[in-house]
Amino acid sequence: MDARTMQGIGVSDGIRIGPAFLYRPHGETAARTAGQPGPGEETPRLGEEEAARETKRLEAARDASVAAYDALIERAKLTVGEQQAAILVGQQRLLTDKAFYPPIAKLVAEERLPAEAAVRQVVEQVAGKFERLASDYMRERAADIRDIGGRLLGELTGEGAGQLASLTEQVILIADDLAPSDTVQLDKNVVLAFVTRKGGKTSHTAILSRSLGIAAVVGAGNALDEIQDGDLLIVDGAAGVCHVRPDEATVAEYRTRMEEEARRLEQLAAFREAPAASRDGKRIEVAVNIGTVKEAEAAADSGAEGVGLYRTEFLFMHSDHLPTEEEQADAYTQVAELWGGRPVIIRTLDIGGDKALPYLPLAKEENPFLGYRAIRIGLDRPELLRTQLRAILRASAHGKLRVMFPMISSLSEWRRAKAMLEEAKAELDREGVAFDRGIEAGIMVEIPAAAMQADSFAREVDFFSIGTNDLVQYTLAVDRMNEQIAHLYDYFHPAVLLLIRRVIVAAHRAGKWTGMCGGMAGDPLAAPLLLGFGLDEWSMDVSSINRIKETVSRLDSAECTALADRLLEEATPEDVRRELKAYVDGL
Amino acid sequence: MYARQVTIANQEGFHVRPAQLFADKAAEFEAEIKVKAADGEADAKSMLELMTLGLEKGSAITIEADGADAQEAADALAGLVESKFGED
Repeated sequence: MDARTMQGIGVSDGIRIGPAFLYRPHGETAARTAGQPGPGEETPRLGEEEAARETKRLEAARDASVAAYDALIERAKLTVGEQQAAILVGQQRLLTDKAFYPPIAKLVAEERLPAEAAVRQVVEQVAGKFERLASDYMRERAADIRDIGGRLLGELTGEGAGQLASLTEQVILIADDLAPSDTVQLDKNVVLAFVTRKGGKTSHTAILSRSLGIAAVVGAGNALDEIQDGDLLIVDGAAGVCHVRPDEATVAEYRTRMEEEARRLEQLAAFREAPAASRDGKRIEVAVNIGTVKEAEAAADSGAEGVGLYRTEFLFMHSDHLPTEEEQADAYTQVAELWGGRPVIIRTLDIGGDKALPYLPLAKEENPFLGYRAIRIGLDRPELLRTQLRAILRASAHGKLRVMFPMISSLSEWRRAKAMLEEAKAELDREGVAFDRGIEAGIMVEIPAAAMQADSFAREVDFFSIGTNDLVQYTLAVDRMNEQIAHLYDYFHPAVLLLIRRVIVAAHRAGKWTGMCGGMAGDPLAAPLLLGFGLDEWSMDVSSINRIKETVSRLDSAECTALADRLLEEATPEDVRRELKAYVDGL
Repeated sequence: MYARQVTIANQEGFHVRPAQLFADKAAEFEAEIKVKAADGEADAKSMLELMTLGLEKGSAITIEADGADAQEAADALAGLVESKFGED
C-alpha cells in the first residue's frame, strides 16, 4: 500500500520510528461479543438461578477491578507522580459510585441481563451523558467511563488488561483511544509513541504521555483505519504528524532529525554537571522552584545549585487540617536534608488570591489578587505565621534554609514579619531548641511599590527574589488568568524591565543579592537581559535548567550589559522582544 | 428541609477532583441531599451525577438537604464550594 501522512493533534513531543501495533483494549475482543446480541436479536434474559450466579460474577469483577486500580495507582505514583495518579483515584471512585455500579447490578438482578450486557448498557448511557456536555473537558470524560467499563468487562471475561504490560518488542501503539489506566502502564522503552483516533489536548492521556516522555499524537481520526499491524510508522509528536509506510527518503530525513534531537538533548545534558557561567566566565547561580518534598527529591540531581523557591502552600493544600508545627518542621527538614547544605529558600504561606484552603474559609472578594492574601493573612493571623516560622527555624538546624516573605508592599510589613521571626528565634532559644542563627531573611518583590522602594528595603533585608508572574500582573494591571487580555501580559514591557533593574541595582549597592523565581528566569530569550542586569540567582522549573545554562554559556556579560542598557530605551514590549530574538538567533 | 444557594467559584467547575471531594463530603451525612442546577438535579452523594450536571465556574446551584443533620450538611457543602475546593 501507498505511503500516507496523517495529521492529528500533537500532545507530546519527540520523533519516533517503529512498527505499528494495533491495540484492542481489554474486553474489546472477547467481551464485545460475549453476551452481545447479533443484529436484530434481543439480548437473552436469564433464569432466576443464572441471574444469581451472574450477580456473584459481577461482584467479583467489581472487587477485582477495585484491587487492580489500587495496584495501578501505586505504580502511577512512582512513574508519573501523585498528581497524575489522582486521575486513577477518580476512576476508582467512579467505579463504585452509586450512579454507576448499582444500576448495573440492578439490570442483572431485576432485568436478568448477562453481566457484560448490563455493563455495556450503563457505560454507554453514562458516556453518552458526558458526550452531550458543553466543555471539551467533560466530553473527554466519556473516555474515562469507557475505561472503567472496559476494566470491568476485562475482569468478567478473565482477559484482564495484561496486553500492554506484556509487550516486549518496540512498537508504536495505534488505538481508538487510550485510557489513562492504559497509559500509565506504558514503558517508554517499549512503546515508542502512540497515535489515537480520538482524544484532545486536555485529555488525561495527553498529560500522562508528557509525564512519561512518550511521543503522542491524538485525534487523528478515521485515517487510522488504513494502518495495519507491523506497518512502518514515523511519529512527529511536536508537529502532530504520523507518516504511514513512508518511503526511504522520508525515513532517512527523519532519522537525521532524530539524531539531531538526540545530540541536542545530549549537549544540554552535558550542562547539568557544570556550574552556570557566561562565555567570559561570569558566574550565576541556577536554582529550582519546587512545591513538595517529592519534587525536592526529584530535582536534587538536576544540576541546580539550590532551591530558589519552595512554595509551602502545597503542604497546606494537600492536608485536610492546618498542618501542625511538627508536620511542617518534618517536611522542611526533609527538604533541607535532601539538598545537603545547598541553600533552600522557603516562602511563607501564600494563600488567598486564587488559592484557598478548605479548612480556612476566606470571604469572597471582588478583587482577590488585590485582597486578603499571602503576608497580609500571615500578619493578620499571626498564629499561622508564627507556627510556620518556628517550623522553618527548627528545620534550619538540618541544612541551609532561608526565609522569604511574599507580597510585601511596605517596609512596615517587612519589619513586622522580621520581628515575628526574631520572636520565634527567642522562643526557641528559651526552649533550648537548635536552629541556624545565621538564617537569612528576604522578601519577594512582586508589588511595584516594593520595587520602587528597593533602596530602602535593601538596607534591611538579606536578599530579594523577584516574582515576575505577579510583578507583571500588578505593574501592567493585567489579570494573568484573563484570556481576552493575555496578549498584554508581557515581562518584556519596558516598565517591568525598569523595575527589575532597579531592584538588582539597589541590592548590589547595599552589598546584597537578588534572585528571580518567576517564569522569566527560565526563558532563554530573557537570559541576555537578566545577565546584563546582573541578576545573581535564577530560579526556574527543573526542565529549564540545562537550556538556561547552555544559553548563558554562549553569552558575553559585558556585551549583555550594553544590550540591556540599550533595550531599556525601547518603547514597546514588541521592540524589546524583536531585538532580543535577533540577538539570540545571531549568537 | 434546609436549602443553600451557592455559585461555583473555582476555575474548573465540577471536574473529577471537586466532584469527588463534594460527593465524599456529602456521604459523611445522614441527610438526603440534592444538588439542583439549571439543567437538572443530582444526588449529592454521587460523583458521577454531579459531574454530568456540567457545572462550570459561575453556575448557580441549590443544595437541598433533608434529614436530621440537614443544615449541617448543606452548610458544609456550601462552604466547600465557596472555598473553591482548595484549587490552585
